[in-house]
Amino acid sequence: MNVFPFSFQDCHLEASGAGALFWPEERILVVSDLHLGKSERIARRGGQMLPPYETIDTLTRLDAEIERTAPSVVICLGDSFDDLQAGAAIDDQVSDWMTRLMAGRTWVWIEGNHDPGPLEIGGTHLFEYRVGPLVFRHIATPGARGEVTGHFHPKARMQLRGRSISRPCFLYDDHKLILPAFGTYTGGLYSDSPVFDPLMREQAHAILTGQTPCQIPMPRSD
Amino acid sequence: MLEAAADPSVLLIAPTGGGKTMAGFLPTLAELAKSPKPGLHTLYISPLKALANDIKRNLRTPVDEIGLDIRIEDRTGDTTQTQRRKQRADPPQILLTTPESLALLLSYEDAPRIFNGIQRVIVDEIHALAESKRGDQLMLALSRLQTLAPTLRRVGLSATVEDPAAVAKFLACHPNETRLVLADPGPDPDITMLETETPPPWSGAGGKYAIPAVLDLVRAHNTTLIFHNTRAQAEIFFHNLWLANDEQLPIGIHHGSLAREQRAKVEAAMVAGQLKAIVCTGSLDLGIDWGDVDLVVQIGAPKNVKRLVQRIGRANHQYNAPSKAILVPANRFEIVECKAALDAVIAHELDGEPRGRGPRDVLCQHILIRAASGPFDAAELYAEVTTAGPYHQLSPEEFEACLDFCATGGYALRAYDKYQRLVQRDGLWQLRDPRAARQIRMNIGTILDNETLKVRLKNRMGGAPLGEVEEAFAATLTSGDTFLIGGQVVRYEGLREMVVEVTRNATKSPKIAAFAGTKFATSTQLSDRILSIFAQPSWPDLPDHTAQWLALQRHVSQLPEKGRLLIETFPHEARSHSCIYGFAGRNAQQTLGLLLTQRMEEQGFDPLGFLATDYATMIWGLTPLEDPASLFDVVDLREGLETWLAGNAVMKRTFRASAIIGGLIDKMTVGKRKSGRQATFSSDILYDTLRKYDPDHLMLDITREEAMKGLIDFGRIEHMVARTQGQIDHRVLDRITPLAAPLFLEVGKVPVKGKAEERLMAEEAERLIAMATGS
Repeated sequence: MNVFPFSFQDCHLEASGAGALFWPEERILVVSDLHLGKSERIARRGGQMLPPYETIDTLTRLDAEIERTAPSVVICLGDSFDDLQAGAAIDDQVSDWMTRLMAGRTWVWIEGNHDPGPLEIGGTHLFEYRVGPLVFRHIATPGARGEVTGHFHPKARMQLRGRSISRPCFLYDDHKLILPAFGTYTGGLYSDSPVFDPLMREQAHAILTGQTPCQIPMPRSD
Repeated sequence: MLEAAADPSVLLIAPTGGGKTMAGFLPTLAELAKSPKPGLHTLYISPLKALANDIKRNLRTPVDEIGLDIRIEDRTGDTTQTQRRKQRADPPQILLTTPESLALLLSYEDAPRIFNGIQRVIVDEIHALAESKRGDQLMLALSRLQTLAPTLRRVGLSATVEDPAAVAKFLACHPNETRLVLADPGPDPDITMLETETPPPWSGAGGKYAIPAVLDLVRAHNTTLIFHNTRAQAEIFFHNLWLANDEQLPIGIHHGSLAREQRAKVEAAMVAGQLKAIVCTGSLDLGIDWGDVDLVVQIGAPKNVKRLVQRIGRANHQYNAPSKAILVPANRFEIVECKAALDAVIAHELDGEPRGRGPRDVLCQHILIRAASGPFDAAELYAEVTTAGPYHQLSPEEFEACLDFCATGGYALRAYDKYQRLVQRDGLWQLRDPRAARQIRMNIGTILDNETLKVRLKNRMGGAPLGEVEEAFAATLTSGDTFLIGGQVVRYEGLREMVVEVTRNATKSPKIAAFAGTKFATSTQLSDRILSIFAQPSWPDLPDHTAQWLALQRHVSQLPEKGRLLIETFPHEARSHSCIYGFAGRNAQQTLGLLLTQRMEEQGFDPLGFLATDYATMIWGLTPLEDPASLFDVVDLREGLETWLAGNAVMKRTFRASAIIGGLIDKMTVGKRKSGRQATFSSDILYDTLRKYDPDHLMLDITREEAMKGLIDFGRIEHMVARTQGQIDHRVLDRITPLAAPLFLEVGKVPVKGKAEERLMAEEAERLIAMATGS
């Protein structure tokens, strides 16, 4: 999997094609919106019985990113579990797996809107986490600087010789960086949604995920 | 019909205009006249809401004239809530409805009471229903109805079909048989091809060149129906027709994407005889009997002889007079197609493909509907559904797997022990949470609209609804763009609460509304006739311009021949195109496209996409094809079949349809979409996940089976390859050929998601960055 190197707040970062962010200098790996246990939650609420494999799949991909980068810190930017009950309901296979992933490194769970409270699982639970000029939170706040967040599941589309391609993407400008959702069962919000207008400045970029991540000016509404 | 009134199942086959609908009602009216009992006596099912409306009107008059006191009501998606509740509490004697409304009625707990005492069900236009999942759903509903009312008799009404016995089997309550009643087919139609001074264009699908001639025809007849194959074509033609309509002849438009209010207006004007012509699509295909139609014009090649005959039947709804129809080819290729169709009609040669067994996604929905209406015994339900024609051969194991899917999700590796949808209590299956019935009811039906958005005129009052466009089309619009809808050019202003807001704008030339519409497949019988025409040394019975065009194709390249395979490769618009003229039918050509693009991807030709018609597969990509013969190895192709089966866009589309019908995912509802898009995710993700973790899951099995029906036809590809082994004519040309030109206008392109996409993305990213940085 290729990575796209870029600079944010004078930090040299790498956006991976899988949708994870790596900061080599600090050996920090960041992923957002894992939404573990989503199928379970939908079934519990009397909805459809979706293929209950998204937790395994998400962890498999996270495992690969950890394998690739060997981080000393992993930050999950919130909405790691689809809700608190989903966090409590994980089975032994999953919790053993997560224990193995956490071993020998600092693990930070940022609180999200889906999983606001503490979880019966290892790692540190925080509202926000600061390293150097960067602050890691779940939801972007207008006016904040050096902020790395998730929540919106941004994606972008581009027109290519009559074809439209849509991919989850990173969005960033001078002050803010928003990560795509890393979870398997996640949709996305197009970057041209008005939601992003107050958050991203004129000169914002989008890094599209995929086999070869690439950067374009952030597509926005006119 | 009265003679057959006591038979458990009767199929009446009569040409359009034969009065078969009234014949279907005759026994019911006779019985109700003799002993007028309250309660539901006869259920009439039609595929179209409009037809139910129309029948109500046409039935009312004779019933009133005889002085019968009979309650006749319709019940469709348009019926008000109050009226529906009343109908459930106190059903009318004759209820006119659609398959979906019947399925909904059967999902209620009081279904046994509603249908207690029903004597007869009349299925109108059963030939049309028998071709789709709607018909399969209806036959399952009838199996349920038969249990609720064991003396129920079935009447099927069908237009002329090539295989009446197959339709009879479809309708029967097995093991009973269906009695066939064949009516006199009536006189042959008067059918010709329009020849104009200006020849049709080299390519194009609109038939715009024929507008002056069509206006002349409209003027000379009482009422003309102008049929089109797609909604978008109907819109463009209608627009151009009005630009040329100096005399202001009253002409309307009718198709399925128009708002209900718009359609109702046109229908009313038509009944009142106020319209000289109606530009329409398949929405007027079926036997709605209105107005004084004396001419049918078909714009574009009819693609299918049976459908053409049925459309022609719309003219002159009198039994003994010949119907009059004129075919208008839209381009020169279609002249050959129209000629082939004319020959076939004259030879009374109808076409059609035998239909496979009933799809299991529809069965899953039926099981859920049954659960919504109350607890059931699995063995009883199995016995019941196997009385339905399409499910007659369903094995107990297959039924069991569908039931397990409905109950537990049917997953191999993990189970929803706590959250099953259906649970077994005291031997009976039922909903774990009775509130789930509501969700099941909301998802009833097998017609999947592409996700569409309503279009409204923007003003302070909220604005008049104009119709719907596909969401994918709406997504390509930016404010100021113009498009056609309901014959008007409108300007896109913005999207508000999932409604496309537009203003009237008559000045600019429009972007075209990309309606999906119905896409017909040319039958293989017609394809064969076309190849025979190609083989002629000259074409004295075709118009000169067409004969010259075929001669030109023969000169610059060659014409496809039986027993050989012609492939043309040429550059066009910065891409290399290859056309493979296999004449193997749309299904096989489509599969061929999938297989070849996969092999080209492996060999580094970077294909971008392909499209298939009944005659050809056209593939485009970044690198020209050099030695196509190497792609056509049967062994390699067969090996490729397994691989592509898994990963292609067509399978994902089929999966989405089956997953929605089978109840794995919800039909998208507007209300839900509003609440935030990042909460919903694409069905492609579910497909990929299942393939990875549960490759034998029922839904994937169903997807494979349904895709096989729709597109694979691998046997025909093998046959074609074997027949043409070593007989490949590869022509490398410097430009598009006369024969290839019409292919560029076909809809239904299938993208190939491969390396080419990455390559293009990198290029485009560079371009955008360069633009942004002003370098």
